[in-house]
Amino acid sequence: MSIIRETKWALLELFPEQKATEAEAEQAARDKILAEARAAAEAEAQADAEDATETGRTAEGDAAAAQGKKKKTLLDKVAEEMAAIDLVAAKEGRLGSSVSETEQKAETDTEAEAVATGPESDDPPVSLEPEGERPHGVLVRDYAKAGIHIDVFCAPAMVADAARILNEAGFTLEAVTGVDWIKEEQMEVVYDYSRTDGPLCRVAVRTRVPRSEPEVPTISEIYPGANWHERETHEFFGIRFQGHPNLVPLLLPEDADFHPLLKDFQP
Amino acid sequence: MTVPIQCAPDETFVLNLGPQHPATHGVLRVKLTMDGEYIVKAEPVLGYIHRMHEKMAEDGTFAQYMPNTPRMDYLSALSYNQGYVMAVERAAGIEVPERAEYIRTITVELNRISSHLLWFGAFVLDLGGFTPLLYAFDDREQILDLLEHVTGSRLTYCYYRFGGVYNDIDDEFITGTREFIKRLRSRLPSLYHDLVTGNIILIKRLKDIGFIDADMCRRYGATGPVLRGAGVEFDIRRNEPYSVYPELDFDIPCYPEGDSMARYMVRMDEIEQSLRIIEQALDKLPDGPVQAKVPKVLKPAAGDCYTVVEAARGTFGCRLVCDGTKNPYRLKLRSPTYSNLSLFGEVAEGMLLADALAVMGSLDLVIPEIDR
Repeated sequence: MSIIRETKWALLELFPEQKATEAEAEQAARDKILAEARAAAEAEAQADAEDATETGRTAEGDAAAAQGKKKKTLLDKVAEEMAAIDLVAAKEGRLGSSVSETEQKAETDTEAEAVATGPESDDPPVSLEPEGERPHGVLVRDYAKAGIHIDVFCAPAMVADAARILNEAGFTLEAVTGVDWIKEEQMEVVYDYSRTDGPLCRVAVRTRVPRSEPEVPTISEIYPGANWHERETHEFFGIRFQGHPNLVPLLLPEDADFHPLLKDFQP
Repeated sequence: MTVPIQCAPDETFVLNLGPQHPATHGVLRVKLTMDGEYIVKAEPVLGYIHRMHEKMAEDGTFAQYMPNTPRMDYLSALSYNQGYVMAVERAAGIEVPERAEYIRTITVELNRISSHLLWFGAFVLDLGGFTPLLYAFDDREQILDLLEHVTGSRLTYCYYRFGGVYNDIDDEFITGTREFIKRLRSRLPSLYHDLVTGNIILIKRLKDIGFIDADMCRRYGATGPVLRGAGVEFDIRRNEPYSVYPELDFDIPCYPEGDSMARYMVRMDEIEQSLRIIEQALDKLPDGPVQAKVPKVLKPAAGDCYTVVEAARGTFGCRLVCDGTKNPYRLKLRSPTYSNLSLFGEVAEGMLLADALAVMGSLDLVIPEIDR
């Protein structure tokens, strides 16, 4: 199982609905493979049985052994096929990054649909426009274009749960930052995670809060490194991190009561 | 009104380290709660040279922001140059000619060496050795001359452009660089390692002091030589390859001890590896253009992307949010020393003040980069 897939499924714990639809899709794909494998095995078994009657070996013990063997080969086959699927998905992912600009655009149009119906687990990554009404969920993104593998968009309250999942999976927190979407009267908080051990996987967790009431739970208890990042985001954007032990300005003067990175900030 | 005398009942006292202290190499203040010579609590206070570089990015065009990048990390300015240029190239979908990528690699590695050399000199100076600083600056001077010849400036280089580099390198630079490689290789064993690395005073100041393990690095997001000194073989150049690094053969120095000595050794070995990289890149340097055709005013499509490079001090990341106009909508700069310093409070706890200074030096802090 690739690290991206693994992380995606771990993060899907936060979104039971998306997880259910994706699991269903995956189960369907698995059933199909299983059915095919079973058909192939049965055909083989029939051929074997014919061979057995020809040589006159009809002892029950032999038959049982053959049955056991068949079952084992069947399982092996399924396992192999599942591995192949992973490979195919990985290849598709690579192809996805090289599709032309126009195709990328077309993909974006169908993106909302794809999310609604639940895309397959390792479908080609979608390119993502700044999402106004993007539904909450986990997306696999085109690494070549976005620089990240997994993009999570969740409710503010779920930020800490996401951090907990990623912390257990061994991720490190690279940065926390905000974006002021003044036209939409919203503020976005972005958490960038990555791994420093094993294979590469970059995760961005985002959430949006109303501009009038910018409150997000702190993750500084889970990642002590988030302490400074949250202080910085607080002083630059005025986003309050609930539960933060020391939410005073870090880079600005200690009595600063302004938030310079707001789009309507007047120096 | 009388002012009550504030005296802690446990006889601890507060000591201000900085903001103007020779060992902080910049304006960093550390509020230390001391129990005699031992640190009870260390709390870095930042922002003395905060310039709000991230806001400046939103005010101008993509190209106008270029000269800001070297002014954050003035010791490895080209890494910051490269990180920003690569972020914009990713957002706008610009391809860089191969020769330009090789030139970038050569110059950025030269810059990395010069950064490590300055760190070496200043670090040993903190520990009480003055002479090594002179040797290091002598070698660093050669690099500054080489880079001045090709970039036009000596410290705050603004050499890379979207889709290439500002101008091509010439034979003078190539021969000069080859001579420099030979020179530094001949000087490294005697003037650096024999004199300093094997020095018993240095070893006693660094060995088994200031342990930073891999898990602490992970919790705080520490990267670069700090992480590699904790035994994690992680380097963006290898783990998330960019530019022409996949075509070059180099090692990732990695020491599992996690003490100040390990971090010292990582940087010293990195100098040698950077020399190897430059040598190979010079050998493989292809012909061709050094600048792709790029529109005068860039207007990347709306969207956001994240780009990282391995700067001299660790992972430098740019999160660039575009809204389809000629200005960046938001540019977040993830500076490596910011995260590296954030673990100082935990490391310094219970440590002697003199040791804490050595540990701080081993983190290789560049304050303008932290404050941005």
